[in-house]
Amino acid sequence: METDNKNGGRPDVDIAALRQATSEGHTPRFWRSLDELAGTPEFRDHAENEFPHGANDLGAALDRRELLKVMAASAAFAGLTGCTKLPTQKIVPYVRQPEQIIPGKPLFYATAVTLDGVATGVLVESHMARPTKVEGNPDHPGSLGASDAFAQAAVLGLYDPDRSEAGIHDGRIGSWAEFQNELSAALAEEKGSSGAGLRLLTPTITSPSLAAQIGVFLKGFPSAKWHQYEPVGRDNVREGAKIAFGEYVNTVYRVDRAEVILTLDSDLLTSGPGCVRYAREFSRKRRVENVESKMNRLYAVESRPTSTGGMADHRLRMRASEIESFVRTLAKQLGVAVAAGPAISSSVPPEWIPALARDLQQHAGASLVVAGDHQPAIVHAMVHAINHTLGNFDKTVYFTQPIEESPINQWQSMGELADDIRSGKVTTLLILGGNPVYDAPADLGFSEILPKVEFSVRLGLYEDETSALCHWHLPQAHFLESWGDAKAYDGTITLIQPLIAPLYGGKSELDFLALLNGQAGKTAHDIVREFWQAKQVGVPRFDAFWEKALRDGVMADTAFPSKPVVLKSGIGAETPAAFPQGLEIIFRPDPTVWDGRFANNGWLQELPKPLTKLTWDSVAMLSPKTAQRLGIKSEDAVELKYQGRTIVAPAWVMPGHADECVSVFLGYGRTRAGRVGTGTGFDAGWIRPYATPWIGRGLEIRKTGHKWALAATQTHNTMEGRDLVRVATLDEYRKKPEFAQADVEKNPLSLYPDVKYEGYAWGMALDLNACTGCGACVVACQAENNIAVVGKTEVLIGREMHWIRIDRYYEGNLDDPHTVHEPVLCMHCEDAPCEVVCPVAATVHSSEGLNEMIYNRCVGTRYCSNNCPYKVRRFNFRLYSDWETPSLFGMRNPNVSVRSRGVMEKCSYCVQRINAVKIEAEKQDRSVRDGEIVTACQQSCPSEAIFFGDINDPNSRVSKVKAKNLNYRLLEELNTRPRTTYQARLRNPNPEIEKAAAV
Amino acid sequence: MADSPTDKLTEQRQPVPILGPGHDYASVTDKISAIVLTRKTPKWWILGFAGAFALVMLLLYAITYLFAVGVGIWGIQIPVGWGFAIINFVWWIGIGHAGTLISAILLLLRQQWRTSINRFAEAMTLFAVACAGIFPLIHMGRPWLAYWMFPYPDTMKMWPNFRSPLVWDVFAVSTYATVSLLFWFVGLLPDLATLRDRAKNRPAKIIYGILAMGWRGSAVHWYRHETASLLLAGLATPLVLSVHTVVSFDFAFTIVPGWHSTIFPPYFVAGAIYAGFAMVLTLSIPVRKLFGLEDFITMRHLDNMGKVLLATGLIVGYGYMMEAFFAYYSGSQYERYMMLNRMGGRYAVVYWCLVACNIVTPQFLWSRKVRASVGGLFAIAMVVNVGMWLERFVIVVTSLHRDFLPSSWGMYYPTRWDIATFVGTIGLFLALLFLFIRFLPLISIFEMRSLVNEEDKKAAE
Amino acid sequence: MSQIFHHSTNTIARVSIYGAVVLIALLGYAMDVANNSPYVTEVNNARTQPVPFSHKHHVGELGLDCRYCHTSVEVSSSAGMPATETCMACHSQIWTSAAMLEPVRASYRDSKPISWTRVNAVPDFVYFNHSIHVAKGVGCTTCHGPIGEMNITWRAQTLYMRWCLECHNAPENYLRPRSEVFNAFYQPPGNQLVLGRQLMKEYKVQKLTNCTTCHR
Repeated sequence: METDNKNGGRPDVDIAALRQATSEGHTPRFWRSLDELAGTPEFRDHAENEFPHGANDLGAALDRRELLKVMAASAAFAGLTGCTKLPTQKIVPYVRQPEQIIPGKPLFYATAVTLDGVATGVLVESHMARPTKVEGNPDHPGSLGASDAFAQAAVLGLYDPDRSEAGIHDGRIGSWAEFQNELSAALAEEKGSSGAGLRLLTPTITSPSLAAQIGVFLKGFPSAKWHQYEPVGRDNVREGAKIAFGEYVNTVYRVDRAEVILTLDSDLLTSGPGCVRYAREFSRKRRVENVESKMNRLYAVESRPTSTGGMADHRLRMRASEIESFVRTLAKQLGVAVAAGPAISSSVPPEWIPALARDLQQHAGASLVVAGDHQPAIVHAMVHAINHTLGNFDKTVYFTQPIEESPINQWQSMGELADDIRSGKVTTLLILGGNPVYDAPADLGFSEILPKVEFSVRLGLYEDETSALCHWHLPQAHFLESWGDAKAYDGTITLIQPLIAPLYGGKSELDFLALLNGQAGKTAHDIVREFWQAKQVGVPRFDAFWEKALRDGVMADTAFPSKPVVLKSGIGAETPAAFPQGLEIIFRPDPTVWDGRFANNGWLQELPKPLTKLTWDSVAMLSPKTAQRLGIKSEDAVELKYQGRTIVAPAWVMPGHADECVSVFLGYGRTRAGRVGTGTGFDAGWIRPYATPWIGRGLEIRKTGHKWALAATQTHNTMEGRDLVRVATLDEYRKKPEFAQADVEKNPLSLYPDVKYEGYAWGMALDLNACTGCGACVVACQAENNIAVVGKTEVLIGREMHWIRIDRYYEGNLDDPHTVHEPVLCMHCEDAPCEVVCPVAATVHSSEGLNEMIYNRCVGTRYCSNNCPYKVRRFNFRLYSDWETPSLFGMRNPNVSVRSRGVMEKCSYCVQRINAVKIEAEKQDRSVRDGEIVTACQQSCPSEAIFFGDINDPNSRVSKVKAKNLNYRLLEELNTRPRTTYQARLRNPNPEIEKAAAV
Repeated sequence: MADSPTDKLTEQRQPVPILGPGHDYASVTDKISAIVLTRKTPKWWILGFAGAFALVMLLLYAITYLFAVGVGIWGIQIPVGWGFAIINFVWWIGIGHAGTLISAILLLLRQQWRTSINRFAEAMTLFAVACAGIFPLIHMGRPWLAYWMFPYPDTMKMWPNFRSPLVWDVFAVSTYATVSLLFWFVGLLPDLATLRDRAKNRPAKIIYGILAMGWRGSAVHWYRHETASLLLAGLATPLVLSVHTVVSFDFAFTIVPGWHSTIFPPYFVAGAIYAGFAMVLTLSIPVRKLFGLEDFITMRHLDNMGKVLLATGLIVGYGYMMEAFFAYYSGSQYERYMMLNRMGGRYAVVYWCLVACNIVTPQFLWSRKVRASVGGLFAIAMVVNVGMWLERFVIVVTSLHRDFLPSSWGMYYPTRWDIATFVGTIGLFLALLFLFIRFLPLISIFEMRSLVNEEDKKAAE
Repeated sequence: MSQIFHHSTNTIARVSIYGAVVLIALLGYAMDVANNSPYVTEVNNARTQPVPFSHKHHVGELGLDCRYCHTSVEVSSSAGMPATETCMACHSQIWTSAAMLEPVRASYRDSKPISWTRVNAVPDFVYFNHSIHVAKGVGCTTCHGPIGEMNITWRAQTLYMRWCLECHNAPENYLRPRSEVFNAFYQPPGNQLVLGRQLMKEYKVQKLTNCTTCHR
């Protein structure tokens, strides 16, 4: 035990206490209410019980905590009123004031978020050395100042109270020291066989310094093997390149140069390497200033609806397996010699492909064809050929050396590893990150074979499924706690620096490698710095270079140069096999919890998934037609049987989904994710075979007769003929530029004279033509404004707390509708209905036109929400904010009150940011500059759909946007005169196809 | 001695509609005061009170748990921010209208048939208002700050928002409660004195004595009593209209389709009287049976109340029609959708039940036969009580659950806590009522005696 | 029949009628008094501190500038509390063995921070920013009272919202020249109103009474 404490391990009792606490559910309400979600049976009761949300109260009413609360309540009743005496507080200043840190002033550090090895640069806000908010890094090519939802949620990941806090050795606390001893013993043994039984399993690695370290390690054990594995890997992309060019290359798109884009089952704009940048480039090519403006055109052919498909001017739904045939047909049209594929059963309008081909050809050199990561390699190869014929190489698409340090066929490598373990070849297995027991293909049977390994070690953020089966689990450092480097989508070297010392004595991969390599004294910082110092031999003053790189977060001009490639001949010449018969199944990563690594992140769990608007669950998606044929309705619990394995999943009827196929999503059904993630959804990985990890046929689906309640934040999907999202085609707009303002009352009726706003008048504009509905803004807002997570039961009732929501409406026919997104946040109406009705003046108008909500004055009548036509107000029906988990306190934004039970809250236009900037401006005796104030949502938005600023200043960006004739107000006729306005959505369809469709 | 005059008159009198035959001052006094003083507590009272009291305990439990956990234990959500709490509030307030109407307006209109029911109705009014008063408090997210609704100089230099109908509510309801209480108590004074004088045991004497505030029945007392009653009646009359008008403003002043309607004030007031009379009937019919007061609450009373019920019922029906017409005529797609949604949406059942209860059922009252049958009246009154509650449900819930943006439409389901609280207040209402009929004269003795007097005059002519 | 009540009851009854009114009035008054009493407001309560630090000595007698210890008052929302090393800057030279300074030396020795008792506090939902007030010519003593005369520091104002608004509604009554902001012994001139109005123009001082100025 002493050794533990000496070595920073935690005493046994703490862990025991923790375990007990979690097991008994004596955990803070926030978490427990999430626990209540855990058991799916409970959900089923839910669906059947007429008054679901009353049910669990009765139980809760009886437990100790509630009893105490009841007593407290009666006390409060007695005489809580009137007493305004503040408790005595302490001030604890530093002993030695650190450099830079000024109490009350945040600092920003550049670092990077990595997903499957690819780095996206971010700036992290730090209050008194506590990272509180992640923002995009404008200097980073992969970010350009924006970020995705995963990056925004990273801080919660850091402070997650379920993170592994100590090494676990066969179920007992084990210290790093103990581990070191055992490790050196094991390695010594391996030395004898020069590491024949030694295996290293890592995720995709793009970090040069880490790769170098691994190299050093492997040099010591020549016959040891290094395997890389990602459950959502990009093998098909790599293999496709190999077929096309005979070598692995990294494909980079220049969306900003593409006039016509075709995506093939690809979610180009919202997932995959570089998606944040691509989204911005895409929206810039689409931004319409006036009738002269041009727009790019997007064709999307896809199996299940994606955000990208939602943005498409022409969308064709097609079974994933048939897209290969589609590509072959298209290739032929474009004069690429390929063999024809089997006939496509999904209906393709006859004029579609020829028109598309013509369009692509007319824009040769300015067109772009993109294949989805999960399409077979041959499709990628043929797409390369097509882009080549269209002369797009080095124009809209270029190739570089791979960004992976050691590009391999990961799927294959994982297979080999499994075989080796099964055949007892593996004696020592070191697993750095990843979670193979959960996410490796089920038929590899990792959970059965892993125990066969004599000495298995797992470095991980959580003590999860894999840790449970390893001899050693060791706490990994969060990326906000570690030094490192990684490559961006285009190869740019991105530095990762810690914002805070490891909370639980965790080690980063680099630290761990240093341990393996016996570089005891070396810190990760030394390793990275020395690595680059060695590289930068030419650079005169390395310190300056290093400082700059750290400050910027990137090493300037380190993006890989374009690499000349030679296209092989005869790509796709051999005739492909016919499709097997039967229902198709498609495996995809979940849009919010990805491959399951984010399963314990409450923000991402509660983030409504794009298009479905579902939270806390994964579903089996199928098209209305197919659902009808099978007699399945949404929220039916169905049994999926594929290749001998079965799993029960909730069905979801998805408009725009391809017929005769079912999409399932990875990342759910975790058994050891933590208090938030464990038991949510179902584990699609269980029926995901090694042979067909993405697309397969022969799925059997059967109704179980049970219901599975799904918590969607939007249950009504059509606009009921209301003029909420105004859409037109580019041509219609050119013919009728004022279409969006058709019914605008030029001088709105009012009995009262208009209020004149001297000085600033804050306003916002939202560009519906840019919004992809990715949800980054929702999480950004949640992080910035300390918004609570409420859990599935509460979302089911309709009590989610998000200040900004993205409404999604369908237009047109059920099978293949147009999708429109509309972010809705507080409109800050000039004549706000909420303000009049509040009995205690808790919501009032500011002299700068903000609709202010004062939590500490609110008594919670909810009258304002009833009277809000936009329903953007959110109420703390229960004590949603966690006031009890210490680790979460560090995460909160100190400039925003944490709301308690019984008060209303809503979007404030990030008033804390407005005030901060105003104060600085005042001190400098100047007025606020345009663009100086950036709201959290605006900051995170990859496609620049949000504009904010002073509408009294005619030259401000927002004023200019609002001046466009596309500008309109939501529910104009109510005369609430919102400060937040919208830019109408425009589509740029191919006239040929439109005409044919009309006929 | 307050009841000395009774010695003078002893001759028989013809039967008259509003007072049973063969009554003189003494018999009236005996019959009514006996209920309180001499009769031993009947079994049905004990059982009834026990039941009601149990429900009160349920109410207390529900409220305590509410304060501990928050309004989240109810079914309310976004968009439906108001649920049972406000429905019940409006319903109870409505019921609390008959009392004042009967005592004040009918008094000013010299409607003597009111005499035997007004005490009873006033008490009922008070208890209903008491029940109603609970809800605005407990429906708040932070009830311990309720006092912020009142204007007083505080350390924040803040005042309530006088533009908010909820603040008007606070004043309207509290004023109404105060005046009704005064009115009722002033009316009680002479009878309390009677009880004091007739009480057998000392504690009773003392208690009634204190409550009687030294009433001796002197000419001066009677004179002042008259004046006070008239003044209060004058005060109370406008309140009958004002209270529910203000309550209706809670809805009418918003922009919610289904709430934003100019017809609400009159239609709410009519509805209130409708509900009030229904409740008076519901209660007086069993009571008159149980205490054998058929002589005092005669068929004439029931008949009249039936007529009032029919009249107000028709007004309410007109209100519904106008709502639908406005929705159609407004040309606002939101209003139209709201109405169609009421009639055909997820809550359509509730709407049609409401129509059946409040418009169809009272039509039976056209027939004298129905008005003459105690059972029939009771049944109809019951149905109307339910109907009026449903009306509030329709107004509050179906208007909110689908307003402007389809993206935020939702469904409201009450939880067992909603129901417990509602049932609990019914328990409270009954419990108070049981106490009242046991310990206070449920019919105004002195006014009934004045009736005897009236009849004398009639006989003399 | 016998009288139930002694006739004195009449008087009692009469008195009680008026008495009730008076009682309610008194109750209200009492609550107001309580709310403004030092017990609730902490005004003029000298708080005991681990080290009996005297502003009177350091500011009044030695004439130290406020900013020597409260370093961030001009740049940040928080005025900043001096780190132990700030104390030791002098006290490693003078009074090196004074008993009352032992906690300071101890803190410096075993780098354990000194935990002071907060004197001026506003609730968590109030976001006060020192830097902007100082920049606009609001003197330290305007809120913190005659700090130069405090041996043990006490709270000089209630810090109630009512009190804040006195200045936010009428800054001219309190503003002083920037040069005087840190003067602990500043006395407002006779023509404060004139000066105040002029300073408001000069420093572009607004009457900020938006709720979100302080509450977010």
